[in-house]
Formats: sequence, C-alpha cells, structure tokens
Amino acid sequence: MTRVGLARLQFGTMTIYHFLFVPITIGTAFLLAILETRYWRTQQSSDRKVLDFFGRLFLINFAVGVVTGILQEFQFGMNWATYSRFVGDVFGAPLAVEALAAFFLESTFIGLWIFGWDRLSPRMHTWTMWLVAIGTSLSAFWILTANSFMQEPVGYRLVHHHAEMTNFFALLGNPQLWVEFPHVELAALTTGGFFVASVSAYFLINQEEYRSWFQAPFHIGLVVAAAGSILVIVLGHEQAQHLIVAQPMKMAASEALWHTSGLHAAWSIISLFNPVTHHTWFSLPIPDMLSILAYNRLTGRVLGISALQHLYQRRYGPGYYVPPVFVTYWSFRLMIFLGFLMAALSIWGLWLSRQGTLFDHPAYLRWMSWSVIFPLVANIMGWVMTEVGRQPWIVFGLEKTANGVSPTVPIGSVATTDIGFTLLYLVMGIFELRLMLKYIRLGPEAEEAYRSPPHDGIVEPH
Amino acid sequence: MTVLSSRTRRSTIAKEGLLTTLPTLWFSLIAVLFVGYFFLEGFDYGVGMLVPWVGRTDQERRAVIATIGPVWDANEVWLITAAGALFAAFPNWYATLFSGFYLPLAVLLAALILRGVALEFRSKDERPSWRTRWDLAIVIGSAVPPIIWGLAMGNLLHGVPIDQSMDYVGHAATLLNPYAIVGALATVSLFLLHGALYLDLKAPPELSERAHRIAYRIGPWTTLFYFLFVFLSYFYAHFAHKLGLDPGPIPVLAGTSMIAVRFLLPGRHRAWAFFALGLTIILSTISVFLALYPRVMISTLNPRWSLTIWNASSNPYSLRVMTIVAVTVLPIVLAYQAWTYWIFRQRVSFQDTWHY
Ligand code: HDD
Ligand code: HEM
Ligand code: HEM
Repeated sequence: MTRVGLARLQFGTMTIYHFLFVPITIGTAFLLAILETRYWRTQQSSDRKVLDFFGRLFLINFAVGVVTGILQEFQFGMNWATYSRFVGDVFGAPLAVEALAAFFLESTFIGLWIFGWDRLSPRMHTWTMWLVAIGTSLSAFWILTANSFMQEPVGYRLVHHHAEMTNFFALLGNPQLWVEFPHVELAALTTGGFFVASVSAYFLINQEEYRSWFQAPFHIGLVVAAAGSILVIVLGHEQAQHLIVAQPMKMAASEALWHTSGLHAAWSIISLFNPVTHHTWFSLPIPDMLSILAYNRLTGRVLGISALQHLYQRRYGPGYYVPPVFVTYWSFRLMIFLGFLMAALSIWGLWLSRQGTLFDHPAYLRWMSWSVIFPLVANIMGWVMTEVGRQPWIVFGLEKTANGVSPTVPIGSVATTDIGFTLLYLVMGIFELRLMLKYIRLGPEAEEAYRSPPHDGIVEPH
Repeated sequence: MTVLSSRTRRSTIAKEGLLTTLPTLWFSLIAVLFVGYFFLEGFDYGVGMLVPWVGRTDQERRAVIATIGPVWDANEVWLITAAGALFAAFPNWYATLFSGFYLPLAVLLAALILRGVALEFRSKDERPSWRTRWDLAIVIGSAVPPIIWGLAMGNLLHGVPIDQSMDYVGHAATLLNPYAIVGALATVSLFLLHGALYLDLKAPPELSERAHRIAYRIGPWTTLFYFLFVFLSYFYAHFAHKLGLDPGPIPVLAGTSMIAVRFLLPGRHRAWAFFALGLTIILSTISVFLALYPRVMISTLNPRWSLTIWNASSNPYSLRVMTIVAVTVLPIVLAYQAWTYWIFRQRVSFQDTWHY
C-alpha cells in the first residue's frame, strides 16, 4: 500500500471509530438533561437512580469519545502536513474555535456534573448537564464548519498555492454547512433517542421489577427517535438537492448512474453493477424517484458519471474524477434504508404505547432493545458516502487527497501507527463494550454497594 | 496628490504594524495556552504517576484520583486548544512540528488515550487485578506525556533538521539526544513534584502527609535535573548563540522560585510551595518561548530555513478573526474554570462519594 493509502486507512478507521461514540454523546447528553429536569420535578428516588444509571453509561461512552478525539486533533498535522499547510489558514480557525468554545464547555461542566451532586444546587446541577449538551452540539457545529469547507470551499482566495481566508462569515454561511449540520445534529439526537429507548426496552422485557422505572425514559427516547428520524429523512432530502448542484459527481456515483438519465430519472432500490466496465446487470427502480430526490419534481435530468468525468476534466485538467462507486452506492442505500426502518420502528412504538398494548408485543420490545445499532451504522454510512464520494479531492476542486499527505514521514512510521492505533482501539473497544453491557445488566441499583466507601477510610484491597 | 499618498502610506504602515503585531500576539497566545496546559496538566500528570505510591490501598488510590477527578479532562483541553490554535494561527508550525515529531507524538497520543480510559475505567470493576492493571496504565499514561514534551522542548531549543520546504528531514532517533533526554528528566521530575505538592493540599490528611514526605524525596532530583538542563542549555540550545528575545530576569526568577519550594515545604502554608513550583513551571515555559521568538522551529541545516512567526503564520485576516474570538471567549473559559476550582476547593475526604 502507498503512503497515501496508509494515511487514508488511518484517517478513515480513526474517524469512524470516533464517530461511533460522538453521536451517542451528543444525543444522550440532551436526553440526560431532560431526564434530570424531570427528576427535579418528580423528586422520585427511582427517577434519580435511572438518571444515575444512564449517566454511568453516558460517561463510559464519553471517555472513549474524548480520548479518540484527541487523536483526531493531531492527525492532520501528523499525516496530512501538506494539506494542513494548504488550508490551515481557513480550516484551522473553526477547529480552534471548537476547542475554545465547545470542548472547554463540555469538559468543565461534565466534571461539575459528575462530582457536583453534593456541591451544587439542584437547579445549577441540571444546568451543568444542559451546558454539556449545548457544548457537544457546538462542537459538532464547528467541526462541521471545517468539514463543509472541504466539501464546498468558500470564503477564501488562493495565494501562492495556499488558501487564505477572506471571509469568516462565508464559512459560517456555507450552504453545505446548513444542510450538513442539521442532518448530523438530528442524526445524533436520533442516535441518543434510540440509545436510551433500546436500553429501556431491555428492562421493559427482561426485568419486570424495573418496568415502571423505565417507562418514562423509553417513551422520551422514542419520541426523540421518531421526531429525529423523520427530520433526518427530510433533511437528507435537502442535502441530496444541494449535492446535485455542489458535487454532482458524488450524487452520480452514489446512484451508480453511468450515463446521464432521461427526463424521468429513476431511483434504484438495489442494483448490481460492475464498477470497472460500468455495466449494470440488474436494477430495481422506483420511477421518477431520483428526479424527485434531486429537484422535487417528477422530471429532471441527472448527469451521469461519464458526462461528469468529461466536464471535470475540462474544468480541473486531466485526471480521473470518479470516486469508488461501489462504496458510495451501497453506503447511501444502507443509510436510507436504515433511516426508513428507524422511522417506522419508532412510530410503531409510539402507536403501540398510545394504544396501551406495548407489553403485548414482546417481539417489538426485543427488536427495540437492539435498535441502537441502526443509527450507529447509518451514521457511519453517511460519513463514508460523504467522504469517499468526495474523492479524489481532499478539498473539493482545490486539492487532491494524494497531494495532501506529509511528504517526509517514512511509510514505515505510518504503517506502525496504523497498526498500533488500530490495536489500541480494538482493545479499548472490547473493554468499553464489556463495561457497557456489564453496567446495563447490573441495572439501576448497581453501584450503590461500593459507591459509598466505609468511613474509617483505610480498607485493605480485596 | 500628497494627501492621497500620505493616506496610502499611513494605511501601509498600519498594515505593516498589523503584520508584525498579530503574529506576535498569536505567538504569545500559544505560549499562554501551553503555560495553562503545563501548569494544570502538570500536577495532573504528577498525581497520576503518584497514584500507587501515595495510595497503598484501593480506597486510598481512589482518594488520590478523586483530587483531580473533576478537573483533569478540562485541563487536557488546554492541550487540545493549543493544538487547534497552532493549526489556525501557524499552519506551518503545526504541520512541521506534528509531522516531524511523528513517532514521539504517536506515543504521546497513545499515552493520553490510555490515561483517559484508565481513569474512567479503573473503578468500574471490583477485581483487584483489574484495578492494579488500570493503575499501571494511569502511571504510564501520566509519565509518558512529560517525557515527550521534555524531549520536544530540548529539540525545539536546539533546532532540528528542517529543509527548504519546511519539512523535517531527520530521523526519529535524531530527537533522542542527551540534551533532550535531560529535558525529559527535568520535566518528569518537575511534574512529579508538582503532583506531590498538589496532593499535599488536596488529599485526605493521612495521604497528604505521605505526599509531603515524597515531595522531600523528589525535590533534590527535580532541582538537579532542572539546573542541569539550564546549564546544558548554554552549550546546546540555539539561543545561547543567538538569543531570540532577552528573557531578562525571568529564568532567574524561575530558578529562584524552584529553590524557594524547599524552604516553603516545612512551613505551615503549604499552598505556597505549590504555587512557587507552579511559578517555576510558568516562567520556564515563558522562557522557552522567549528564547525561540521570533522563530518557532529552528533549522539546524540553514538558519534561513527556520520557521518564524512570519513565514509560518496565517494571513492577517484569519489572525484578526481568531483574535476577536479568543479575546471574547477565553475570559469566559477562565472564569468558569476558576469557578470549578472554587467549587471543589475543599480537601477530598474519605466521606465523599466518588465517581472514580
Ligand atoms: C458531529 C460531531 C463531531 C465530529 C464530526 C467530530 N467530533 Fe470530535 N467530538 C465531538 C463531536 C464531533 C463531541 C460530541 O464533542 C465529542 C465526542 C465525545 C466527547 O466527549 O466530545 C468529541 C470529542 C473530541 C475531542 C476531545 C474533546 C475533549 O477532550 O473534551 C477532540 C479533540 C475532537 N473531538 C476532535 C475532533 C476532530 C479533529 C474531528 C474531525 C476529524 C472530530 N473531532 C470529529
Ligand atoms: C469533520 C471532520 C471529518 C469527518 C467527520 C470525516 C469523516 C470521515 C470518515 C467517516 C471517513 C471514512 C471513509 C472511509 O473509510 O472510507 C473519512 C475518510 C477520509 N477522510 Fe474525512 N472526515 C473529516 C475531515 C477530514 C479531514 C480534515 C481530512 C483531511 C485531512 C479528511 C480526509 C479523509 C481521507 C483522506 C479519508 C479516506 C478516504 C478514503 O478512504 O476514500 N477528512 N472521513
Ligand atoms: C432516508 C433518509 C436519508 C437521506 C436521503 C440522507 C441523505 C444524505 C446525503 C445526501 C448525505 C451526503 C451529503 C454530502 O455528501 O454532502 C448524507 C450524509 C450523512 N447522513 Fe444521511 N440521509 C438519510 C438518513 C440518514 C440517517 C438515518 C442517518 C443517521 C442516523 C444519517 C446520517 C448521515 C451522516 C452522519 C452523514 C455525513 C455527514 C453529512 O455529510 O451530512 N443519514 N445523508
């Protein structure tokens, strides 16, 4: 593998991993804030225990989100030095603001939340979780500002092969940002909703004694999940409409649309194709759906890959501008299928609980207790489509990924860190998953026993 | 005609003024962020290294960790912010430093990852073997970062092979020279001592006594390595030949304040010892930055290939935007961080409920 290949592998692996934890943090922080606000109203000790229980799970997740994030912050300089020199002027700013305005907020107030139960007033304590939640979303906003610049560079000019920022507000008003941020933010809320709902569902079916404790979080999680997944679909549609203008090649690739469509563009549910010969053997189309997706109309041509390849060559010079079609096509499909599945699942659940027949459907609850996997996979698929579909560009239209790597880092070093970090993450992931499952199994009254240490202080190790 | 030209001249002067002051301002802000990081995470790392020595039983170790429990994550963000600010204000510095010190940084990151999860996971299982293993991870994760930063500091002061296009062209082994290694020892022992002094203030009384005694034992080593590093700097550091900015009395004050620690330790106001050493850390960091200024990375191949605050920085517009953001946000951050320390000002006690 080449140095670029190894660096890409590293970036992709590390970022996907980071983004398994990120949406759970963002979404669950809001749900915890809601649950805590509710607790101070009800003052039920069971509500407090449920809140602590979800807090424990949240913190296990948060820790891994934080440490994987640190790596992200350094990666650009380590593996992508040329890229960093090229865009640091523009791209670095949102990153720095993210640290200053968001990371300080979330990390300080999470400390206050964990340790402040006896030191802060109830109102203040609830506020700390709200501030954590706001901090995580701010952090999403700023990092997506940076990412949007890579998708759609704005507010810069080129000076000696170097991008200089000319307008900060253009970065903030980047049209890409305003489709991307809502989509990701709501996807994260959906993830949090499913996380809380699926853990609650586990207690609703498996642990009768806690049934009454977990009904409220189940319901709240479900409402967030339902609203979130519907909005994510709507906003995904917005994004596709923007994509067709901003990065038509990505759209064509994620449709495996080799040739420009007719006036009525169909959208294939599945399609079997050979990405090398550009031959499609089989496809199951929904007539007109692609036109609707792209233009909100029944008619409208969508440019195909070969036409765009010609167009891009004329615009950007000789080169091959087609991203990996197989990956973009299927990641897009999977995201969308999961989106509809999630919407259906959550709406069905709301309907059942409205009818009061939730407990007559153990199969539903059993499904729900695994449902957190769906948003996690959908998130990853979304990013894979977005990032792989942008290739060969690292900054669309300005710099190619192959030109962004650090020129003097030996390939052996990149391979070493690839292997090292992957192993580290693997081991960490195993521990985190086992702890998560352990604490779910232990239930809401688990830690009581060894939370309050004996008063004499000195205890021999077990 | 004359009016016009004088106006344009004034505006070019204003522009040039901006050109020279903004990179300097950002150089100072980066210095501030590193000062914050070394001051705050310094004692965090020290406490982490001391966990098994000050805490003999499990309860005691939890008490030790509880002293930094509410703050270590926020303290670490000082580093993240420093990295982000480096990226935004000096992209070339960020790129050269991070790609040049590639493997040491990878080790640093692995250590920080290990440390973060270890702090969170260690008390999540009652098995003694689980806890001892994670305690070891806390020790390693806390000892490695000061080592790496010490190495980095030595190399930054000495200069590293940087080519014409600002890329680092040495090997990883280039970074492991004796001067840098003394720098690493000095940094580790400095943070270790600071951790002990912090525990002296914050740990439950029995443990703080133990930390106090440990401080006596570490102190001489810290002093030795610290002054050895300062001494070697006169031979190895680049600034010895061509001083960036005369740091004036600052390094002298740093050394004095370190010696003062020894005399403040036996006194009744232990807080003073902690702050005196904190002052040493702060002033030493400032001295390093002053010695570099206006360069940020010195090339040993050709002085003209060095990175300076001018050829490494972003354009004035970016810097201006970032300045506005920093000037409005940083005071708020400082205020709520100070408030957090105020909330948790009391000594940790065995009666508290602990998360870690
Ligand atoms: C949409 C959201 C999002 C995205 C795309 C990313 N992150 Fe992230 N990041 C977060 C949302 C987030 C968060 C929600 O704020 C986290 C997750 C868990 C946490 O503790 O905070 C976080 C943590 C986190 C931290 C640790 C913060 C701390 O110590 O509190 C750093 C340094 C980064 N991230 C940096 C990055 C970089 C450089 C990314 C780009 C490649 C990135 N993140 C992608
Ligand atoms: C908000 C910030 C970003 C997020 C969330 C993000 C997300 C992702 C994800 C999930 C992948 C996985 C795709 C795969 O493995 O195939 C990926 C790939 C990649 N990203 Fe990004 N990215 C971000 C910013 C960046 C930046 C700043 C760079 C440049 C240094 C970058 C360069 C790459 C590269 C080179 C790949 C590999 C592409 C491939 O394998 O085809 N991304 N990114
Ligand atoms: C059926 C509905 C959906 C549609 C039509 C849709 C559409 C899109 C499109 C077009 C993109 C690429 C945007 C770009 O490259 O600029 C995207 C990205 C993404 N999607 Fe979806 N999506 C849907 C559902 C979901 C769901 C359910 C989730 C997760 C819960 C999700 C998470 C993401 C993420 C994380 C990204 C990457 C960030 C971004 O570019 O916005 N999407 N989506």
